[in-house]
Amino acid sequence: MQLPVIPFLICFPMLAAILMFVIRKAKIRNTIAYICAVIIIGAVGVLTIQYFAGGSKPLEIYFNTAFTDHVILTSEFVLMAVVTYLCFKYHRYWICLLSIIPTCMIAYLELFGPKMAPAAHIYIDCLSILMCIIAGLIGGLIIIYAVGYMHGYTNYHKDIEDRRNYFFMLLFLFLGAMFGFVLSDNLLWIDLFWETTSVCSFLLIGYTREPKAIRNSFRALWMNLLGGLALSAAIVYCAYTSQIVSFQQLIRISVNRNPASAIPIVLIAVAALTKAAQLPFSPWLLGAMIAPTPSSALLHSATMVKAGIYILIRLAPAMSGTLTGTMVALIGSFTFFAASVMAIAQSDAKKILALSTISNLGLMTACAGVGSEETTWACIFLMIFHAVSKSLLFQNVGATENSLHTRDVENFQGLLYRLPQLAIYQFIGIAGMFLAPFGMLISKWSALRASVDEGNFLLVMLIVFGSATTSFYWTKWMGKLLSRSGKGAVPDITRRNEKISMTIHAVLMIALCLLFPLLSKVFVDPMLVQLFGNYENVLPTALLYTLIVVIAFVFAVPVISYYLSRNVKINHKPSYMNGINTGNDSSFTGSLGEPKEMVLTNYYFEHTLGVKRLMYPSQILTVAVIIITLCMTLGGVL
Amino acid sequence: MANVNKSPWLLHYDGSSCNGCDIEVLAALTPVYDAERFGVVNTGDPMQSDILLITGGINTQNVKIVRQLYNQMPRPKVVVAVGVCACTGGVFKDCYNILGGADKAIPVDIYVPGCAARPESIIDGIIQAVALFQKRLEEHESRIRARKKGEMVPPYDEAWPEPDNEVKMHGEK
Amino acid sequence: MTAKVIWVLCYILLAPFLGGLLDGIDRRISARMQGRVGPPLLQPFYDIRKLLSKQTIAVTRSQGFMLLIYLLLMLFTGCMFFAGSDILMCFFVLSTAATFLYFAAAITDSPYSTIGASRELIQMMAYEPAVLLTCVGFYLIEKTFNVSEIITSRVSAIIYLPGFFAAFLFILTIKMRKSPFDTSTAHHAHQELVKGVTTEFGAKNLALFQITEWYETVLLLSVVGLFIVNRNPWSYPAAVLVILSVFFLEILIDNTCARVKWELMLKSTWIITLLTAGVNTLILMLIR
Repeated sequence: MQLPVIPFLICFPMLAAILMFVIRKAKIRNTIAYICAVIIIGAVGVLTIQYFAGGSKPLEIYFNTAFTDHVILTSEFVLMAVVTYLCFKYHRYWICLLSIIPTCMIAYLELFGPKMAPAAHIYIDCLSILMCIIAGLIGGLIIIYAVGYMHGYTNYHKDIEDRRNYFFMLLFLFLGAMFGFVLSDNLLWIDLFWETTSVCSFLLIGYTREPKAIRNSFRALWMNLLGGLALSAAIVYCAYTSQIVSFQQLIRISVNRNPASAIPIVLIAVAALTKAAQLPFSPWLLGAMIAPTPSSALLHSATMVKAGIYILIRLAPAMSGTLTGTMVALIGSFTFFAASVMAIAQSDAKKILALSTISNLGLMTACAGVGSEETTWACIFLMIFHAVSKSLLFQNVGATENSLHTRDVENFQGLLYRLPQLAIYQFIGIAGMFLAPFGMLISKWSALRASVDEGNFLLVMLIVFGSATTSFYWTKWMGKLLSRSGKGAVPDITRRNEKISMTIHAVLMIALCLLFPLLSKVFVDPMLVQLFGNYENVLPTALLYTLIVVIAFVFAVPVISYYLSRNVKINHKPSYMNGINTGNDSSFTGSLGEPKEMVLTNYYFEHTLGVKRLMYPSQILTVAVIIITLCMTLGGVL
Repeated sequence: MANVNKSPWLLHYDGSSCNGCDIEVLAALTPVYDAERFGVVNTGDPMQSDILLITGGINTQNVKIVRQLYNQMPRPKVVVAVGVCACTGGVFKDCYNILGGADKAIPVDIYVPGCAARPESIIDGIIQAVALFQKRLEEHESRIRARKKGEMVPPYDEAWPEPDNEVKMHGEK
Repeated sequence: MTAKVIWVLCYILLAPFLGGLLDGIDRRISARMQGRVGPPLLQPFYDIRKLLSKQTIAVTRSQGFMLLIYLLLMLFTGCMFFAGSDILMCFFVLSTAATFLYFAAAITDSPYSTIGASRELIQMMAYEPAVLLTCVGFYLIEKTFNVSEIITSRVSAIIYLPGFFAAFLFILTIKMRKSPFDTSTAHHAHQELVKGVTTEFGAKNLALFQITEWYETVLLLSVVGLFIVNRNPWSYPAAVLVILSVFFLEILIDNTCARVKWELMLKSTWIITLLTAGVNTLILMLIR
């Protein structure tokens, strides 16, 4: 069965990207952006329906694609040219080597290399469909949001050149690359789409062209290109030793413990680690926060970094029980803990979200690294819930920043009274990240149980301690939102389309939480069967019933409490300040009789837990782990 | 509600005393005198206390503070002025900054004289305050019952007015 | 099934009375340890009755709302535990409940309340690993998180879980707000931040808080008992004995130790958790 919607999904965003770049008038461009986003969401829906109507079996299609292969190779060279040009323009010469070497290796392989075994170029199973839904739905919604956001952003930052056509072109280009990435099976195609996402990320981070942005964008570029180099090396090795260039075939021979597959698997795992911003590659994601919020939401939390996780989930059956799996699990769990500790010391909202993303990706990485059915189940659910919540949070923080002109959490005090709608969505987003009974909770529950089942001591310890630190930094943020503040209400300049996107996200989050058992049965269980071959149910039914009761209760309790406490007659008292409260609860009478403003902040522990202090030692530790693993794998094979 | 009087929680505040009476108040809580056997607890929080123990005189700086603390206490409440300074201003009565005893700021119910007041007198004063607190609690509850039945009951602010923040200097009416 | 319903009803109806009685015993024994006579045993109930009769006060209206959520979620956690369901899920819901206590204190924007609330968060961060590891410990030996299956085991859990038991006792001091770890709020006469987390709670709000604390105490002591209970019906009186001795131990620790700074609390709790529960986990994973 040829599904024509697949090439449509990959190519249509490219067409949309060209349209975005060419059209200069903002109003027309915005309308076309809406239409294209809706078309993409619709196309994803069509693909899902067609897949499930066809019996939801994995499909391998498109065996003869000579023309497309040539297009792909040419695009590789185009990317290399763009990177080289920009490296020379900004005087960072050695980085372009990281692009030239892999491209030449791949070109040599394609033009002069051995003949490959015939294989499909597109592979669809439940996992690909899930990734398409995530990329398409969330990506589409974020593009709708970005239209409104960039309007406010450009109006406020008048010193930055208005290159919105370029911005939207990159967003659509990225979406197309994402679809290509998750739907492809041919490793050469995957490599192209991988590099495309790296370059899109690089260009988006450097959007404002400020010195800091340029610096951060090049750091993201070289780290992602390093991953691309590892991927290319894996492809070349795999092609020369096993004549395989199909991802599925590689995984199959690796599950059968073919010794020649160990090296490609470890190299691809390292590449996935760079994409997922695990230690030691985390600084690129932190630096990426300087980009405008839609790119942070789309690339650096909901989709691109999930590409790394997608690769690791695919590799999970191949990694389970091997040295590579141990390395990935170790790095993932360590990142989970270290990033959550560093997030405690942050007060910049986007940096908190970035570190929280890295931390959650660490948990997903660790689950995938362990590679059992249970942990992979937990990983997939973590991915789903994290994508929705984090995207909501990033959009919300961006909208709040547009209205308040600050993104320090300390200035979010009293947001519930100053920007009520945004504050409620922020609250829902944060609650969805760690509170019972939202999705992350069940994922954490199963991750913990799975790691105990696997006997992985380090993972258990790091999950348990990381869980404690995670709730610390989220709860203190939530407290700030709900407090009162002496400052007055602020005009809410959030555009309607931003609100539409955020509302859909919030509804989706709550719906996912309620429909989660259905999701498990229909989507995730077949996914695990397709990945692992056989699979029994992870969640006991008793727990499912408990979970439903918990969800019902936790949603009902605030409603009940509201009705019970609504009509109680309260006598208001000023808050206790030893009797020198001036009466408005936000200032007190000083010793000379004049009012002094009271300022209360949260704990941050900047000196002990800050990024400056902890990042470098963490990176050294994890680099050592990777190098040791690579050496051991090489030594084991040779 | 027969046994409720066994839970009086204190707030102890020092106006401008020499701290002699404060030490006697704290001594009343030590094992020798042990006021806790009557259920007395020294909380530092006006919102959680029933009885306000004031020592020391009232001066222009602390009159507003004492009023704010008194206003933060939930009704029903009782005020005990401990020591001569809190009763009338004591030896500092004619100083330029002292306005007088605690009743210049808030309505006082029980006066415990002495310089410094003995712990036995203080405990005696607390026991009387507890009995007064019990009486006021019963009145408070009967008002609530009457209001629930629908009878007309004057609101608290008329029956027991709270002092406002106006500071009257020496000799002002 | 009916047994579960009876347990749950007993918890909902009797736990506050049990908790209050324990509180009264606590104050009496503490007084005797300090050479005083101490209040009557039923004093906590007199306190609650007085608090409920006083004028309703609050700094913000939402305080009562948050405290009510705290109470209801705590009730729900206890019901989950006594109905025999998943203990890990219980503790996750418990941490959600504790979050609402934090909100009740933090939303007042008052200095003492906010600092107390920050310290409360640090306390939560300190005890959460030990609490989660306790669930992990039960899972390691019983292959299940369900309380109803743990109590039917052949051997008392404590035989295999001494390290977890020690870690849980250590954090019980934090949870029960006893010195040296009563950094966020303490029982009467141990003040540092006025009343810390409960500074802005008056009358009814304080009564709500106190009753919820009693429910929590009963729940935590029941978890202590879970270490002892097994298939043998004689294990139940044994569990009660152990619970009472643990309670006495907590009172003793409270009266002999001074409050420590929160840095020391956090470090010592995490180190002790690693050394006791962590080593226990490692050993259990290696021998099974």
